[in-house]
Amino acid sequence: AGEGSGPVPGDGAGPPAPERVLFPPTFSVSEIKNKQRRHFMFLRWKQQQRKEKLALKKKRRKEREALGDKAPPKAVPKTIENQRVYDETTVDPNDEEVAFDEATDEFASYFNRQTVPKILITTSDRPRGRTVRFCEQLATVIPNSHVYYRRGLALKRIIPQCIARDFTDLIVINEDRKIPNGLVLSHLPDGPTAHFRMSSVRLRKEIKRKGKEPTEHVPEVILNNFTTRLGHSIGRMFAALFPHDPQFIGRQVATFHNQRDYIFFRFHRYIFKSEKKVGIQELGPRFTLKLRSLQKGTFDSKFGEYEWIHKRREMDTSRRKFHL
Amino acid sequence: SPQVVWSMLGNRQFCSYKMTTKTQNFCRNEYNLTGLCNRSSCPLANSQYATVREEKGRCYLYMKTIERAAFPRRLWERVLLSKNYEKALEEIDENLIYWPRFIRHKCKQRFTKITQYLIRIRKLTLKRQRKLVPLRRKIERRENRREEKALVAAQLDSAIEKELLERLKQDTYGDIYNFPIHAFDKALQQQDAESESESEAEREEDDDDEGKREFVEAEDSELSDFEDMDKLETSSEEEEEVEKEASHSKSKGKTPLKGPARRKRPHIEIEYEEETEPGTK
Repeated sequence: AGEGSGPVPGDGAGPPAPERVLFPPTFSVSEIKNKQRRHFMFLRWKQQQRKEKLALKKKRRKEREALGDKAPPKAVPKTIENQRVYDETTVDPNDEEVAFDEATDEFASYFNRQTVPKILITTSDRPRGRTVRFCEQLATVIPNSHVYYRRGLALKRIIPQCIARDFTDLIVINEDRKIPNGLVLSHLPDGPTAHFRMSSVRLRKEIKRKGKEPTEHVPEVILNNFTTRLGHSIGRMFAALFPHDPQFIGRQVATFHNQRDYIFFRFHRYIFKSEKKVGIQELGPRFTLKLRSLQKGTFDSKFGEYEWIHKRREMDTSRRKFHL
Repeated sequence: SPQVVWSMLGNRQFCSYKMTTKTQNFCRNEYNLTGLCNRSSCPLANSQYATVREEKGRCYLYMKTIERAAFPRRLWERVLLSKNYEKALEEIDENLIYWPRFIRHKCKQRFTKITQYLIRIRKLTLKRQRKLVPLRRKIERRENRREEKALVAAQLDSAIEKELLERLKQDTYGDIYNFPIHAFDKALQQQDAESESESEAEREEDDDDEGKREFVEAEDSELSDFEDMDKLETSSEEEEEVEKEASHSKSKGKTPLKGPARRKRPHIEIEYEEETEPGTK
């Protein structure tokens, strides 16, 4: 009863000239009970909307061109990164306090080139094949690293032994259901301990268009988008894994890219084709990390002092708020 | 009488404790000695029966006799067994002294098994125990989705390439790569005179930064552009003159370092400008 249109659209061919059809003003497409007709009317309505939108765009473009130089600047589309809630702990590059903190924190000895990083990679109990292979590949990526099997040893007892043997960092890869899913990174002479959730781990053979094996050269490190204080300290932790002087001959680069609190790790080989073009080829494993907690001392789940824990109820409330 | 009970429950009619499987019948009665559904191990079909059960780490011997068959509340008599394994075995023997061999033997076997698993429990609690954290499906799905979107938004390849080019511009690679920098020529020619003095100062700073790990916040690099321009122009100045002659030879020297062959200009193009003066005029 609410249709009131002349041609019957049930034929499928459809009537021509929709302008000639008149509807009562309170009519809406969703009121038609017949599904076929309703669908047809909806498609027609959609086409009309699209036409109008196109016409509007054209008009706006013409106006823009007509104005020429005086046209208002183009509107920047909103992205999540644009709309990000401003974090008050964002590091200003000239901040003296931050610089002072960094000069006196646990990584100062690394950044002053007093210590050479030596890394121990291990897993949780009884690692499965995938985790073992991942550990091996990680050991080739990070120079001066050693893989040891856990065999049921307690971390608290391993740590003093590591310190005695001059290790600077400890990486523990946690495994669940035959895939690695967590990473604990601990800077050893009582440095901070970061616990990450690891996802989308790709071994070398699963990467498409990959290059040959990584060589023994020391890779460069790229750390992107670590803006807040927390991000800064995590970034320094990652930087402290690699020796200070990269060998540019090797042309290898390890990247830790932070985007919306997810840290993507990639390992590439690059080549400069000209001064404006560079080609990169991915070798090596890749994975993404999400920080779960940062602890002040070495790994101690019971009595540790947590600098930062991810609390879902408090921190995940806003979609535009990121902590790293 | 027990025979009647067995002929009813055991074989023909329904017994709620009986569980049948393809190969065997089990008895779910908590007082059952062996766990199987047999004529000799059915606690309902035997008027004289005994079991060993443990509660909170202590083992008890339960006994049932014909005299108490009429009193269900007092049917099962229980005796605490000592913690010492041998003593407990002797106590079982004492209590079941004139009982059938089968029941005595099975009681002792059961007691042995129970003590063994209690020991294992105590050992395991001393070791590190895995803490099982339940995953919340909605949250897992949300995180995976957000990770994918973050990956798309990150545009990793272009970000890495940009960063590498930045480092090349800022001379962190030193003299390894030698590129003729045509593109900045025109822009830099304007600032020739001004920046010569500045560039020397900047060169010195730059040497310290070589090889030092930098935190690049990919967002703000407003100042760096100007610095780049200044540095590059000076290097380009030198190279411009030497460019056409020496670039070819330099590239030859450098190509072994780079993997795939870099194709530089195969021959030198030298332009001659001639002012056409027709001889007639």
